[in-house]
Amino acid sequence: MHALKRRLNELKEYPSAVVGLIIIGLLIVLSIYAVISIPYAEAVRLWRGGEGVWIENPRNVPPALVNMLPGVDRPETMILSSQDQPELKEREQISEDVTEFVISMPFTYEYGEFPRELSAFFSADYEDTRPFIEVSWIKPDGEEIELMDGNVTDRTSYRISQDRGLQRSLDGLRPQIGLFARDLEADPPQVQTGEYELRISGYLFEEDASFSAELINYGQVHGLAGTDHRRRDISIALLWGTPIALSFGFLAAVGSTIITMVLAAVGVWYSRWVDGIIQKLTEVSLILNPLVVLVMVGTLYSRSIWVMLGVIIVLNIFSGAIKIYRSLFMQIKQAPYVEAARSYGARNLRIVFRYLIPRAVPVLVPQFVTLIPALVFLEATLALLGLGDPVLPTWGKVLEDAQANGALYLGYYYWVLSPSILLILTGLGFSMLGFALDRILNPRLRGM
Amino acid sequence: MSRDYVPPETLQQEAPESPGPKRKETDLWRLARYAALRLLALFLAAVVGVYLMILIANMGGYVDEIRRAEITMNVAEMTRGPEFAELPEEQRRERRDALIAQEVERLGLDQPFVLRSIYSLRDALTLDLGRSENMTSDAGSRHVRHIILERLPPSLFLFLSAQLIMFFLALFIALALSRQYGSTLDKIMVALAPTSAAPSWFYGIFLILIFAALLGVLPFGRMVAAPPPGETWAYALSVLRHLVLPVSAIVLGGLFLSIYNWRTYFLIYSSEDYVEMAKAKGLSGRKIERRYILRPTLPPIITSFMLSIITVWMGQIVLEEIFNWPGLGRLLYQAIGLYDTPVIIGLVVIYAYLLGVTVFLLDFIYALVDPRVKVGSEGGQT
Repeated sequence: MHALKRRLNELKEYPSAVVGLIIIGLLIVLSIYAVISIPYAEAVRLWRGGEGVWIENPRNVPPALVNMLPGVDRPETMILSSQDQPELKEREQISEDVTEFVISMPFTYEYGEFPRELSAFFSADYEDTRPFIEVSWIKPDGEEIELMDGNVTDRTSYRISQDRGLQRSLDGLRPQIGLFARDLEADPPQVQTGEYELRISGYLFEEDASFSAELINYGQVHGLAGTDHRRRDISIALLWGTPIALSFGFLAAVGSTIITMVLAAVGVWYSRWVDGIIQKLTEVSLILNPLVVLVMVGTLYSRSIWVMLGVIIVLNIFSGAIKIYRSLFMQIKQAPYVEAARSYGARNLRIVFRYLIPRAVPVLVPQFVTLIPALVFLEATLALLGLGDPVLPTWGKVLEDAQANGALYLGYYYWVLSPSILLILTGLGFSMLGFALDRILNPRLRGM
Repeated sequence: MSRDYVPPETLQQEAPESPGPKRKETDLWRLARYAALRLLALFLAAVVGVYLMILIANMGGYVDEIRRAEITMNVAEMTRGPEFAELPEEQRRERRDALIAQEVERLGLDQPFVLRSIYSLRDALTLDLGRSENMTSDAGSRHVRHIILERLPPSLFLFLSAQLIMFFLALFIALALSRQYGSTLDKIMVALAPTSAAPSWFYGIFLILIFAALLGVLPFGRMVAAPPPGETWAYALSVLRHLVLPVSAIVLGGLFLSIYNWRTYFLIYSSEDYVEMAKAKGLSGRKIERRYILRPTLPPIITSFMLSIITVWMGQIVLEEIFNWPGLGRLLYQAIGLYDTPVIIGLVVIYAYLLGVTVFLLDFIYALVDPRVKVGSEGGQT
């Protein structure tokens, strides 16, 4: 064990090992941050949430970082609520029951590009008679455009950008463009910057009735990682994908390497039929293509990450690695110190666990480290096939969504790039460390 | 203490031959017996492997439940039509039950699962692949053989070309690197080896992003342009254009690790004493390479070559999905999604046989190229 420690100190001399360790360290820090900042239940709730949770996010927009690029000036999402500025609300009692009100919601728009979408949400509190409202849009140059009028219920959504009638009156321009354009004839249309106002006037028909409004100018960028087709913030999956990927890779690698090693040692030590069975099982498992078995289990039985983990471990036990360990233990078995242990009367299991296995640990370590990225990618592969865990947000599931929604065709590159970068970082981090370890701990590779 | 302990060496030397007059048997006889035993062992492994796959593909009989539910649903859907609406309830139920029974019998669901699993094992092992349950080939055939044969050419074309390119490229680059060990190029290649941690589909996504989406010079996927060009040469050209990205993805996914492994191998063998000796004798570099380095590394080279060729059969599910390539991997994936066990088992059993034959052949090829290995003496060589 001391020798092992001394050799591990040599890692410092390999730049690739240092880089690998730094990457792994960063990923671990990111995982801890993810687990602390968003509790597990909250992450799952957010990721499975529909419009209700994510209504305030734009759909399919890149991260805010794209505004750093030259010539890009994309708007961020603006949320205006009538409740935030009560001083802009005028009320006038007309009769005993009827109240007239005017709400003005001013905002400044200074971006170079148009919003992605435009929606207004009205909510009213009433007993029997629904309040009546008229909504109009006032541009910086003073032009006033009628948007809609009608009665509102306790929760009315008005998707301004999907209003066909409005679109016709705006020379066929989509409302989120037409309402912000300097000149409707211009091609391409230019943004008119300045002070806009959404004015809502209406009547409440009951004494205790109340009304509030919310306007959302959906932006063209969002947060650190952008959003997906369901308006979800991708950064949640990226963040939570880290601890899931790391623990999945680590557990599967630990499980399969340790069991493989113990089985190989037991087989070599007891030889005869024990070894025979293990050898035969290895031959059989050659025929079972792991991915095919996993796809079958995922499709037919369960997509739970724990079931997959178990199947992966079982499939990995009798893989080619068992042969490497076997030939190694064959050599160790002949060593004089094993002979000595036997002659003083050590029991079989004691020899296996105290004399054979510890000697093989140096070979195990690099094997183990290089196995982790393979398993992380395997999880992503399964997710890409639609067999990811139904509940958990993972990198692979982001990739799957991107792939299923044609992200590459439609130009949503950020959607593919961010999970890919995290995947390849994990892969590189572990395998750079693994390669360096292999060269340090494997005597045949020393100095090569 | 442990009297049952037998050193492995003596155990292995005694195993193949029993003492007595038979010791004088000829080499040929011993070879034949060894071959027969080895074949039998491999066949048994194939039988167990295929049976396991049958069990998994049916989820130990659970898939039958899914199928039954599907049949009931389909029949209910069928009997909703106008021609049934006029029948009285009693008669309609009778019709429905009859249709369900007919479908259950067609799929053989009326027999117990254990029995059917044995039948399908027998059929699979005799390569009687039978008919699919839901899938049809593009030409409309329901024979599993036709469905597989239809997908075979695209699969072979893609993976064989990729494997051949990767194999020879890796070998030659590794040989060149081992000659200039320690050079900048050598160091770059060693540093690139960890990139093979990512599977080829991963590189596929990036290649599509760069060459199809950003540059627009190569197609996103599929095997030929749609609609396919009429003339033969235009068709071939179109296929080649579609082949570039998936082949590059496969090569990128494995090349650097392959180069690294071969390079290390060559370096280990070129530091042997007999190589030093040959150098001292003044043999030319090429001769040393051919006689003393390539010769002893030939067995692993052949093994890895043959094993990489068989992997062609299983294809790569995700890579084919991403590139929309109509290969065997996608076929397998579709078959699993449709619970079409005959197609799954058909693909698996052919793979098992291919693998068995290859492993068997490798034993003999080893003996041919490596004088240290003797066929029939149970060395650890596999």
